[in-house]
Amino acid sequence: MQAKECPYFWHQQTIEKMPQLQELQDLAQQVRRDIVRMVHNVNSGHPGGSLGCTEFFVALFNEILELKPGFDMDGLNEDMFFLSNGHISPVYYSILARKGYFPVEELNTFRLINSRLQGHPATHEGLPGIRIASGSLGQGMSVAIGASLAKKLNKDPHLIFSLHGDGELQEGQNWEAIMYAAGNKVDNLIATVDRNGQQIDGATETVLPMGDIGAKFKSFGWDVMGIEDGNDLEQVIQGLREAKSRTGKGKPVCIIMKTVMGHGVDFMMHTHAWHGKAPNDEQLEVALAQNPETLGDY
Amino acid sequence: MKKYVDQGKKDTRSGFGAGMTELGRTNPRVVALCADLVASLKIQTFIDEHPERFFQVGIAEANMMGIGAGLTIGGYIPFTSTFANFSTGRVYDQIRQSIAYSGKNVKICASHAGVTLGEDGATHQILEDLGLMKMLPGMTVINPCDFNQTKAATIAIAEHHGPVYLRFGRPVVANFTPVDQQFEIGKAVLLSEGTDVTIVATGHLVWQSLLAAENLESQGISAEVINIHTIKPLDEEALLKSVKKTGCVVTAEEHNFLGGLGESVARTLTTRHPAPQAFVATRDTFGESGTPEQLMNKYGLNNKAIEEAVLDVLKKKA
Repeated sequence: MQAKECPYFWHQQTIEKMPQLQELQDLAQQVRRDIVRMVHNVNSGHPGGSLGCTEFFVALFNEILELKPGFDMDGLNEDMFFLSNGHISPVYYSILARKGYFPVEELNTFRLINSRLQGHPATHEGLPGIRIASGSLGQGMSVAIGASLAKKLNKDPHLIFSLHGDGELQEGQNWEAIMYAAGNKVDNLIATVDRNGQQIDGATETVLPMGDIGAKFKSFGWDVMGIEDGNDLEQVIQGLREAKSRTGKGKPVCIIMKTVMGHGVDFMMHTHAWHGKAPNDEQLEVALAQNPETLGDY
Repeated sequence: MKKYVDQGKKDTRSGFGAGMTELGRTNPRVVALCADLVASLKIQTFIDEHPERFFQVGIAEANMMGIGAGLTIGGYIPFTSTFANFSTGRVYDQIRQSIAYSGKNVKICASHAGVTLGEDGATHQILEDLGLMKMLPGMTVINPCDFNQTKAATIAIAEHHGPVYLRFGRPVVANFTPVDQQFEIGKAVLLSEGTDVTIVATGHLVWQSLLAAENLESQGISAEVINIHTIKPLDEEALLKSVKKTGCVVTAEEHNFLGGLGESVARTLTTRHPAPQAFVATRDTFGESGTPEQLMNKYGLNNKAIEEAVLDVLKKKA
């Protein structure tokens, strides 16, 4: 990333021992396998951003979100997550399946006709875990704000989490939402920006320079923090916990999370080339060899 | 023909405001959003009585639609409010993905529709909104005709689960439907029986149709007048029942003839009971500045235009 960023990166004091870390790393590795296998199976989909956000999803759904058993649309008395950059559906579907929202075998239907696993997340077939359609970019933060306001009206102290691509912030609706959330003290919302610095046509700083995204959020009135390495599971967990501790203080919380697109599959890393491209048979073998099976393939 | 009395001219947007006042008192799940047009939308009473259930989003309609979608997740019934132009074309993709495709229970309430917005001119006078909204799968589209009916429709859509587009206007017009009527979504209202021609009208053109029918009666032409307040789902059975009797139809709407009520009627008749049809609507044009009355006259959206259309379609009936 060429843009100079302001010093909002948060540094943890002490890392507590996480005995469950190996378990979570095994899950992350299995999710990576799911992602490349799903995308390879239909020769379409978005592996790059999915791989880059794997640690975030594993951390969020295992260590952070307070969830009820089962799924209902209103999500009362539990935390809720909204994915704004819907094209990274492979990682979302994999974690939902691995957390028991639907059978892992169903991952095999990704992007196929008559599937609940649409190319981009959708609600109309009732896939458990999905509360809003996303794919057309820039709409998720507004929805997350609405859900946060509903939580407040319902006097439900649980939190709303959302994830956004960095390139996605080029959509103007985000800035309407960012302005609204700060101006109206939506302080039960944690919006994470996946700062991988890549978008379809190239580096974000080449396609449309975005500068210091954290500073922009901050100037709009958000509490901004950073996760230096969004592909380090421990850092992500600690960062999300820190973000949680900052809620309820009059400001929405933004996490600028630096990740590497394609993380975990060496030939997909550090390039925008694998944003929306599927590996061929040989490339799949290489990718899978770099991520041996841990919890069983679907 | 059955005669209707104007109980005193009022604007349909005030009917919306009155409906919101009542909903505020009767349904705690109803919340309101507005994009910097509170006075124009007549919702101040709702806001005064329930400030915690009102969200001022500023001049940011895209964000308003998304927040509305989000508020449904948690069980609320959001009513978004702004001008029709900013409720539809400006935010079409937000409505399409976050509301319609996601099946969210948002009520998109739109004032100042059509040319009767008047002096502000074409930038604000949307004549394409019915078409835009009726094309969205699952969207209910309603265009009531007067104050009383707009109030009743506002109250009724809160009880309907699913996205709704409710269209109303700025000018004061005849208020002639019953006070405290029951509003049934998707159910056409037969206003006056006739045998020679069916006039199917929506919104401000319903009163104009009654005026036209009265004048036609004096010329010996018996017109049946139907108020189609719900464009989608269209009450096809009421339409077919009437046209099977009269043999021809005139559609009347304050909207482009491309994509509006007229085309929905034409599709129904073509597939189920072909019959001659004439369109009272704007002709693929933008509006302009002027008084509502001047504009309705210039763009052929009044009782005279309806009468001419009736004479025209009767010739084709043969």
